[in-house]
Amino acid sequence: MTTLKNYLIRHAQNCVGALGTMTRQPLASGLTIAVIGIALAMPSALNVIVRNGRAVAGGWDNIRDFSIYLEPGTPLAQAQRLQEQLAGNELVASARLISADEAIIDFQNDPEFGELLNMLARNPLPHTVVVRPTAAADAPALQRLEGELSARTDVDMVKLDTEWVQRLNAFLDLARRAVWIAATLLVGAVIVIIGNTIRLDIQNRRAEIEVSKLLGASDGFVRRPFLYTGFWYGLLGGLFALLLLGLSLWLLSGPIERLAALYGGAFRPLSVDRGTVLAVLAGGLLAGLGGAWTAVARHLAAIQPKV
Amino acid sequence: MIRFDNVTKRYDRGREALRGVSLEVAPGELIFLTGHSGAGKSTLLKLIALIERPTRGQILFEGRNIGRMPDRAIPRHRRQIGMVFQDHKLLEDHTVFENIALPMIIAGYSQREIRGRVRAALDRVGLLDKEKNTPAMLSTGEQQRVGIARAVVARPKLLIADEPTGNLDPELSLDIMNLFHQFNEVGVTMLIATHDLVLLDRLGGRRIVLAEGEIRSDGNAREPA
Repeated sequence: MTTLKNYLIRHAQNCVGALGTMTRQPLASGLTIAVIGIALAMPSALNVIVRNGRAVAGGWDNIRDFSIYLEPGTPLAQAQRLQEQLAGNELVASARLISADEAIIDFQNDPEFGELLNMLARNPLPHTVVVRPTAAADAPALQRLEGELSARTDVDMVKLDTEWVQRLNAFLDLARRAVWIAATLLVGAVIVIIGNTIRLDIQNRRAEIEVSKLLGASDGFVRRPFLYTGFWYGLLGGLFALLLLGLSLWLLSGPIERLAALYGGAFRPLSVDRGTVLAVLAGGLLAGLGGAWTAVARHLAAIQPKV
Repeated sequence: MIRFDNVTKRYDRGREALRGVSLEVAPGELIFLTGHSGAGKSTLLKLIALIERPTRGQILFEGRNIGRMPDRAIPRHRRQIGMVFQDHKLLEDHTVFENIALPMIIAGYSQREIRGRVRAALDRVGLLDKEKNTPAMLSTGEQQRVGIARAVVARPKLLIADEPTGNLDPELSLDIMNLFHQFNEVGVTMLIATHDLVLLDRLGGRRIVLAEGEIRSDGNAREPA
């Protein structure tokens, strides 16, 4: 029991001691932490942007809406039958009829078009059915539906434009993969940075390691302070990365809000979610311990006491 | 406690540092290893602490053949042994107290035990007022006393010392040897390598003379005058 207690106390001392060693060289430690932070912040920032981009793209369901313009002069009753027919289609979530009369009222309220429309003898607008596909409806099925509708004699034109949304989604998929690659490479870089820092640390404390081994220190005992150093570098680097991330998003928030306003509030301001926070901290810790472990495994065994 | 059975140690370059050495050390003995430099004194001590491994022969430490001990068991073995070095091997960037505490920290003692026993060890070597100093602030003789305090603080069964007085003048050397005597009197087994024959003549105890890796003589010296 007391042995376990002593062991835990020893761990706590190593943990605090490693932090103390780092604060004794504030500039070197600070720079290392800054480099780690920047390396971790870059993929996280990309990830936040891509994630928010996806949320925005997902939020634009209405982008898949398509409009069916009927031949001018088609009776309203016929337009209503088409609307009912479409509403019953399994690909369609909703179908809304905008009659020519309703449409022209909208336009007359517009100061520019209002004047223009008043000059015309009769209503130039057709009846329109606005169709919102269900989420399950895929692009080929919708294209078939479009074909069927276009073939009808009472339909003038079907305007279906989903291609650019598909392009956007494909681009976001690509970006997401790029984020993963960047994250892997940069975490690798962090492992190398921490490994090298710890290697230098080991060299500086060579005498202490040799004497400790002579006095019967186990590998675990010798290893522990360095692993804690790696732990601190990873954790502090991760926290610094989150700080950088928050700062960047804060700087972006103004332009983003303006952009959002232009798009009718279609997307929310960028935010760092809990998943990103955990991923950055976990990535930092993993890289810290990984880097420390590789350095320790390679360099500690080589130090054997010489008498 | 220790038994060497026909132990040979050959280094990489083919030099035989020890040749067919057999000896036995009983618990509580005080033994001086002497001989010219290169006679094999240091090698013999290194084999006991497993800093080197024997090329041939058996070394039994409390009945265990340590020559074949796996690497991972070495730390535990070394914790039973206190070591004193000619260059004392103190850590310059740590205080006297921290230096002496190191073996107890390694062995996992509690803070309270460490504080008590480090103070007791400092008292025994007469340096109680220097615990906050760094080794560089001490004289050579005082540094070696710190080295001895560090070697005995964890109450090892065996203390080995390689030329502990090599850097000291005769008066300080005698001082250090008397310190060893005191620890031996409370039951610590001791193996001390020294080529300081003048000093040895003033001390008693069993004396093993090595020459060219072989034991030349092994017996009790006459009682000190």
